[in-house]
Amino acid sequence: MRSPAHPRRAARAPGARRVPRELHPIAWWLWAIGLIAAIDRTTNPLLLALALAVLGFVVASRRGSAPWARAFRYYVMLAGFVIVLRVVFRTVFTTGVAPGDHILFRLPEVPAPRWYAGVEIGGPVSLEGTLSALVDGLRLGTMLCCIGAANALANPKRALRVLPGALYELGAAVAVAVTLAPQLIESVQRVARARRLRGGRRRGLGAVRAIAIPVLADALERSLLLAAAMDSRGYGRGGAATAASRRLTGALMLTGLAGLCVGAYGLLDATAPPPLGAPALLTGAIACGAALGLGGRRVARTRYRPDPWRAPEWAVVLCGAACAALLFVPADAAAVDPTFDPLRFPPLPALPALGLLIAAIPALAAPPPVRARPRAPTADGAAEAPAPTEPVA
Amino acid sequence: MIAFDHVTVTYPEARAPALADVTLEVDEGELCLVVGRTGSGKSTLLRAAGGLVPHFTGGTLAGTVTVAGRSTASHRPRELADVVGVVLQDPLAGFVADTVEEELAYGMEQLALAPAVMRKRVEETLDLLGLADLRDRALRELSGGQQQRVAIGAVLTAHPRVLVLDEPTSALDPTAAEEVLAAIRRLVHDLGLTVLMAEHRLERVIEHADSVIHLPGDGSACAGAPAEILEGASVAAPIVQLARTAGWSPPPLSVRDARRRSTGLRERLPETPPNPACGAALRERPRDRPPAPGTAPGDGEALCARGIVVRYGEVVAVAGVDLRLAAGEIVALMGRNGSGKSSLLWALQGSGRRQAGRVAVSGRDPARLSAAAARQLVGLVPQTAADLLYLPSVGAELAQADRESADAASPPARALLDRIAPGIDDSGDPRDLSEGQRLGLVLALQLRAAPGVVLLDEPTRGLDYAAKRALAAVLDELAGEGRAIVLSTHDVEFVAVASHRVIVMAQGEIVADGPTNEVVVASPAFAPQVAKILAPLPYLTVEQVRDGLAAAGTR
Repeated sequence: MRSPAHPRRAARAPGARRVPRELHPIAWWLWAIGLIAAIDRTTNPLLLALALAVLGFVVASRRGSAPWARAFRYYVMLAGFVIVLRVVFRTVFTTGVAPGDHILFRLPEVPAPRWYAGVEIGGPVSLEGTLSALVDGLRLGTMLCCIGAANALANPKRALRVLPGALYELGAAVAVAVTLAPQLIESVQRVARARRLRGGRRRGLGAVRAIAIPVLADALERSLLLAAAMDSRGYGRGGAATAASRRLTGALMLTGLAGLCVGAYGLLDATAPPPLGAPALLTGAIACGAALGLGGRRVARTRYRPDPWRAPEWAVVLCGAACAALLFVPADAAAVDPTFDPLRFPPLPALPALGLLIAAIPALAAPPPVRARPRAPTADGAAEAPAPTEPVA
Repeated sequence: MIAFDHVTVTYPEARAPALADVTLEVDEGELCLVVGRTGSGKSTLLRAAGGLVPHFTGGTLAGTVTVAGRSTASHRPRELADVVGVVLQDPLAGFVADTVEEELAYGMEQLALAPAVMRKRVEETLDLLGLADLRDRALRELSGGQQQRVAIGAVLTAHPRVLVLDEPTSALDPTAAEEVLAAIRRLVHDLGLTVLMAEHRLERVIEHADSVIHLPGDGSACAGAPAEILEGASVAAPIVQLARTAGWSPPPLSVRDARRRSTGLRERLPETPPNPACGAALRERPRDRPPAPGTAPGDGEALCARGIVVRYGEVVAVAGVDLRLAAGEIVALMGRNGSGKSSLLWALQGSGRRQAGRVAVSGRDPARLSAAAARQLVGLVPQTAADLLYLPSVGAELAQADRESADAASPPARALLDRIAPGIDDSGDPRDLSEGQRLGLVLALQLRAAPGVVLLDEPTRGLDYAAKRALAAVLDELAGEGRAIVLSTHDVEFVAVASHRVIVMAQGEIVADGPTNEVVVASPAFAPQVAKILAPLPYLTVEQVRDGLAAAGTR
């Protein structure tokens, strides 16, 4: 595997051979879900560390320059926090210290009340317990980083546009809410600042009222204007669904969702009868798909510049799937899921490691990201605008 | 193209119909201007043409409105989207997407056009309106003029045959307004689009109009050729007022025409105007009049600011500004959008950010005082004046203002309001007031604290000629009491009438500061129409010309 800093690669102009474009957001999400499924199978710290490295590598080489592309850092910080929290909890609430454990130190014991029996606070802290808490936290943190990677790599707005036609209104509502949220914040800031102009002596409920009423009036006015603008631009045109087709859509959707629930239960619960598993899940999925298709027929809309689904998208999805598949292959359980009793350095199983390395291929298989052209910063509107906001992690 | 046939629009709880038995027609390819005072039904007429009245606003519509052969009674606005494009006053409020390109495509997506067609039309529209460089920019980052052009482009991609524009330039500085109007002009000339447009500041658009619809305010409407209608209209651009004064009929509509007609007038007028454009207050203010409370006695200096710096993150909004205000002086603050005018006003009041610099009003810095004490030194009327109003009735707001500044030496708020904007009921909801009345109410609330310095951020926005005249008179009176007044505005005609001194800002710095007639006449963008017509004579306003003619007559 070549690193991005490889001289030959660096010497080439970026994107000289391949046209930069954004990969289909769904492809990145499927890839991330594959990785999550894979990580769920293992508690081997070496494999987890490898997965983290793979995530970091792919994000670093294929993220764009949009604000959400910086989100990965925040997910890594969140993962670190999860690990620390897990270890601290395990240390304070010491449970199940086996006789042969290596004791690191002892915390003063707090006697728990009788009705709270079973949980001990304080007491001996074992190396084995701490290590397993560390690995547990690491696993959860790595999964969070998978979500972070998908968030950093896939354009969230474009992901919303992939929604089927039947859910178009939902997508439009979310998109509008995302657009209006900063305006609402700005409105609150503006009114709060303006309040000082009237002396701003009121406190408590009076102050809330003095801010809430202008802000709400402003927001209502804006929504009405937006609704008028959307309507006069053709939002909600067509939409000729008969009552019968609406009823059929509803029935199919309910059946499908019930099928999905039963199927998921059947798959996860080993004691459930086999027909409740995959067959029910499949039936449910088909019914849901049919309902969405039927519901989507009533909306006549097209998409501007739809994201294409080409070979790189397939490659990225297949890499994720292969990674998950290789960790599901029945392998040496002691290597994939090692214990710390007795205490020993975990081995690195070959096949799962190979699976995780396959998941790194998208760093090369995906097209290079679109980098924004550098532009001069404008001071326009800066007088009223608050300082640039950090991306939401 | 647009036909109104005996149209009457009545809103619920309204005393009189907004439009009463209006019959008119706008032909294909016309640029038709809708003029009239605030509240005369301009917006109702425009929205009725787009189908938004009554489908979106409520009220009842009698008669028929037909656009490109489709009646708005049987077609909802969404079903008219492919023939009428409606652009409302605030472009930002109507944006659905968040980048320029997606916004341009939104309407076409709703019309279910093929992706290849959409792609082509977006590119064409980007070029047509000069937006190609901005294609992937966020809409909120754009300047006002750019936003307005995107809003126009966003409806144009649907290839409508009619464009309805409600005051497209009201929030823009002169240059940005020119930019938008040039784009509209091109659409009319090159694409043969029919444009129906309302505009308060007629001086900007009048020369491009093919026809004018005048709404006198009683619900009726009369349509006709611009010169003919404007001669007797209730609203008149300075050029038309000048024509009325000089006795030209029909009135010229462009500066060029007026200049060719004005040779005789220029010969008749005295070399120097008999009185300053604005300055009644300054002229009559005797030195011995007691200074208004809050101002420094003696030297007449109301406010002194040094080295004001305001920054937002990396953006420097105000870069080290020094400013002195004399008592009784009206200062106009001009400059393009984003040049730091608002930030400077907020910093002077003490409520806004200020990273460096000193402000002294009567030897005290308002930023270091409590909010209640600061407003007794400096009063600020913000751009969105409604932000200060939160009580259900005008009476409650006035009573609250009286409680807030019970110790200030000024008349009760009711008396102030009656002086500034007479005839506002106690029981009315502040949000139902007209733009001018609301400004008057907020000004009265702020004056209740008896500040020696009054700052107004864009007070002329949305005001018609009569309201602006009233505002100028109020400001003159306040200055006569010894208050220093600063107003930021884009309206050059108002500046010529109302201010003694003009400060022009650019990139957070003061680039020009001097008496109105010197600063304004020297700049091609900021010169008022009368100055352009009568140059090199130093006349700024129609009043000066009238007095000049009178003086010439008596000699």
